[in-house]
Amino acid sequence: MSAFSAIGEQREPDEDEFTPGIEPQPTWCPGCGDFAVNNALKKAMADLGKNPDEVLLCTGIGCSGKLNSYFESYGFHTIHGRSLPVARAAKLANPGVEVVAAGGDGDGYGIGGNHFMHTARENHDMTYIVFNNEIFGLTKGQTSPTSPKGHKSKTQPSGSAKDPVRPLSLSLASGASYVARTAAVNPNQAAEILAEAIEHDGFAHVDFLTQCPTWNKDARQYVPYTDVQDSDEYDFDVTNRQEAGEMMYEVESKLYEGEVLTGRFYRDSERPSYGEEKRSTGEMPGEPLAERYFDEDAEWERSADSLIEKHT
Amino acid sequence: MTDDQLIWRIAGGSGDGIDSTSRNFAKALMRSGLDVFTHRHYPSRIRGGHTYVEVRAAEGEVRSRGDGYNVLLALGDSFARNPQEEAYYGNEELKPLYENFDDLHEGGIIVYDSGLIDEEQVEEVGLHEKAEENDWHVYPVDLRAIAKEHGREVMRNNAGIGVLSTLLDFDTAYYEEIISGVFDEEIAEANHDVIADGAAKAEEFDEHPDFSMPTADEPEETQALVSGSDAIAYGALDAGCRFIAGYPMTPWTDVFTIMSQTLPKFGGISEQVEDEIAAASLAIGASHTGVKAMSGSSGGGFALMSEPLGLAEMTETPLVLIEAMRAGPSTGMPTKPEQADLEHVLYTSQGDSARVVMAPGNHRECYEQIRTAFEVAYDYQIPTVLIYDQKLQGELRNIDASFFDRDPDPDPGSVLDEAAIEEAAEYHAEKFKRFRYDGEEGVSPRTVPGQKGGRFLATGNEHNEAGHISEDPTDRTLQMDRRLGKFEHIREELDAEGNQTHYGPDEAEYGVMTWGSQQDTVFEAVDRLDEAGHSVKALGVSDMMPYPVAEVSEFLESVEECVVVEMNATGQFRGLTQKETGRFGPKLSSLLKYDGNPFEPAEVVEGFESSVNGEELGETNMKYVPAAGD
Ligand SMILES: Cc1ncc(C[n+]2csc(CCOP(=O)(O)OP(=O)(O)O)c2C)c(N)n1
Ligand code: SF4
Ligand SMILES: [Mg+2]
Repeated sequence: MSAFSAIGEQREPDEDEFTPGIEPQPTWCPGCGDFAVNNALKKAMADLGKNPDEVLLCTGIGCSGKLNSYFESYGFHTIHGRSLPVARAAKLANPGVEVVAAGGDGDGYGIGGNHFMHTARENHDMTYIVFNNEIFGLTKGQTSPTSPKGHKSKTQPSGSAKDPVRPLSLSLASGASYVARTAAVNPNQAAEILAEAIEHDGFAHVDFLTQCPTWNKDARQYVPYTDVQDSDEYDFDVTNRQEAGEMMYEVESKLYEGEVLTGRFYRDSERPSYGEEKRSTGEMPGEPLAERYFDEDAEWERSADSLIEKHT
Repeated sequence: MTDDQLIWRIAGGSGDGIDSTSRNFAKALMRSGLDVFTHRHYPSRIRGGHTYVEVRAAEGEVRSRGDGYNVLLALGDSFARNPQEEAYYGNEELKPLYENFDDLHEGGIIVYDSGLIDEEQVEEVGLHEKAEENDWHVYPVDLRAIAKEHGREVMRNNAGIGVLSTLLDFDTAYYEEIISGVFDEEIAEANHDVIADGAAKAEEFDEHPDFSMPTADEPEETQALVSGSDAIAYGALDAGCRFIAGYPMTPWTDVFTIMSQTLPKFGGISEQVEDEIAAASLAIGASHTGVKAMSGSSGGGFALMSEPLGLAEMTETPLVLIEAMRAGPSTGMPTKPEQADLEHVLYTSQGDSARVVMAPGNHRECYEQIRTAFEVAYDYQIPTVLIYDQKLQGELRNIDASFFDRDPDPDPGSVLDEAAIEEAAEYHAEKFKRFRYDGEEGVSPRTVPGQKGGRFLATGNEHNEAGHISEDPTDRTLQMDRRLGKFEHIREELDAEGNQTHYGPDEAEYGVMTWGSQQDTVFEAVDRLDEAGHSVKALGVSDMMPYPVAEVSEFLESVEECVVVEMNATGQFRGLTQKETGRFGPKLSSLLKYDGNPFEPAEVVEGFESSVNGEELGETNMKYVPAAGD
């Protein structure tokens, strides 16, 4: 019997369950796109019949990192840029847990960029939501890795001389097996994409455009937007890496020309997740590792039985 | 020569099989009943540097490297012969011979491979003059030719063992038994032939040294030859650790490697990740999810772990880290030991942060203290760091195999199961209170993702009982006091463990204090000092934080003066002792060494004697720093 009975339990969808009983005072500004992520995530989890006790939400630091405070589940509000390494170890330790990591564009594409690349490469079976507001929100509006070239801020007074990161292309090149972009202004698409991402067996990366009316002086609301899957103008195969790559390049370029394209850009359902890979090489136990610690009958190997002889 | 101990050096190029030969040789001597101890010296490069390993062996306890050595097997650096590489490395094949001259005892023995080391070149480095001066016995033998006759050139090491078996008059049966266990029959046979030929060749020398191998009765108990890294890894496994994440860095890599090779067989998981920030964070994630996990590094990598370490402290996630010191600052000397990361490990990470730090003094303590580290970390939900160094990591020593015969300890500590969560439901009416103010001994039991009814938020921000971010002044003060308050309970528990080691007479005029890997070398020096008529006792301290204030104070009160021996330039442990006890400044002096080589017992003797006599130290890399009031 599992020591973690919340995992995999069949249940009726209930969005309210993902709202904290005593909801803390919101620290997000009115009109902030972060609210939309929270709502979409609650809806997606409820639609999938998830139990808050089987979900681990790991966040970074930023306005976005406050997500844990308004989303009811097991949570780990980590440090700036480090949500992914905490999250993926949790998945290895207990693959039954539904692991979601989330954080800002600075958090994930800047300070935590190395973890982003490697977590994608390893294709852990988890979801990663990046609140992309093209700005450092919490520290009061400095230029972020996704801020457009020429973006002026207190720390880039003459305008940024850097080209922004291309988050979708970076994700694809790194090895993510599901890549999508959605926007706060599009709640239905957002919830659907998040649900798909959660269901996807591999590393699912969702670049979530979240407007920051407070600091992003260009006050981008990401409207109007186009869902590339609904548009006749765009025709590409999301399972074809090359076509996906070309589409992403266009989507990323267009954003800076003022055109917001959203949708699913890449999906590889064939590639085994990291857990599967590791189990197939015998480097990960078949049963969730965490279970052993709660099983009184578990057998524990000792160094004395198998390791000491070669030293004698 | 009247030595009753062998201190044998095998010297060659990096990659000449020095390690495996010395390990096999040490093991053979161990099986014959001698106590053995190895000391390894190697440069920070894969090729083109010369390496030596010392094997010290005697009847009765051998607990440290010795002073100098008495037998040299100089193989010459086979890699230095590559004509293309000569341009880079110069003519280095001689180095393993002449670089070892300084420490060879009078009357010592040199066997060198004349197949590789040209006898004319030997003249250039003054071997014969020096041999005459020091009464050395020199035996050139073409080991390479012997090896080649039966197989491959790498076997020349064993030809050397054969030569020595004749010169030192020992039976190669134990050694051959080990060779048979390592190789398949054919290769083992060839090696046995090489040994026999080497032995026969040595018969041709007219003059044999009057030194022979010490002997002992076969051991009553089966012995195991282990390194500090082995002991740490086995202790962690027996403590129920089944998850490790890391990034290679010398000398920590050794433990990481042993764990990575073993964990899959033990149903666990090892992850080599992108950097040390990730490594520590993965250990935190696994631990948070209910698994006993660890990570580690050496100084530079540990610096990167500073912020995750604080996260574990603040979220009260159990975490075990190990820090394998090497000479710093910065990249420093990657393969040389030093004890200069103590303050780094004690104080890194922002805020009034606190972690438990232990420094084992020898192999047994490595095993025992890593187990204690897991127990404390998981019971008290606190990061625990085991700090050791390159010396302890690599040196081999024999201990009773039965030492490891203990029960495993998979207990995940202060964590609830689902039944217990349900029982406590009333208290947690609104939400599970993960961080109760009234936790016993400051510890509030935790839950694990997937458990019904246990969900909570772990955050590096200050938080209230339920885990919500809170900056309420009262809450803040209560939480800080509770977290830091665990220390008094941990101190009591560690005091009961008795991690400090007292040595020498109960009453003595002088004290010597040390920590970590220098402990047993200091103890050997204390024996010699007492035999020489001094009145000295020693204390090896392992608990760095919480510091054993009462025990150390009592020790220091009982002596007139105390020399603190440590391998660093600034006397970090002495400083810690003064800070923690709040006194004894005028009693404490320092004997320091930070040249990349650990103390030899004789150096500690010399340092002590010159300090009590108020004399300057002779020509040495050691430094003596007198007490504050002097
Ligand atoms: C190591 C570290 N460096 C800097 C900070 C300060 N800091 C907090 S959040 C943040 C950037 C936030 O930007 P982003 O990740 O885009 O999140 P947002 O607030 O926009 O959601 C910075 C620089 C920190 N907390 N830790
Ligand atoms: S500063 Fe911007 S990102 Fe942060 S809460 Fe306000 S609107 Fe949202
Ligand atoms: Mg941002």
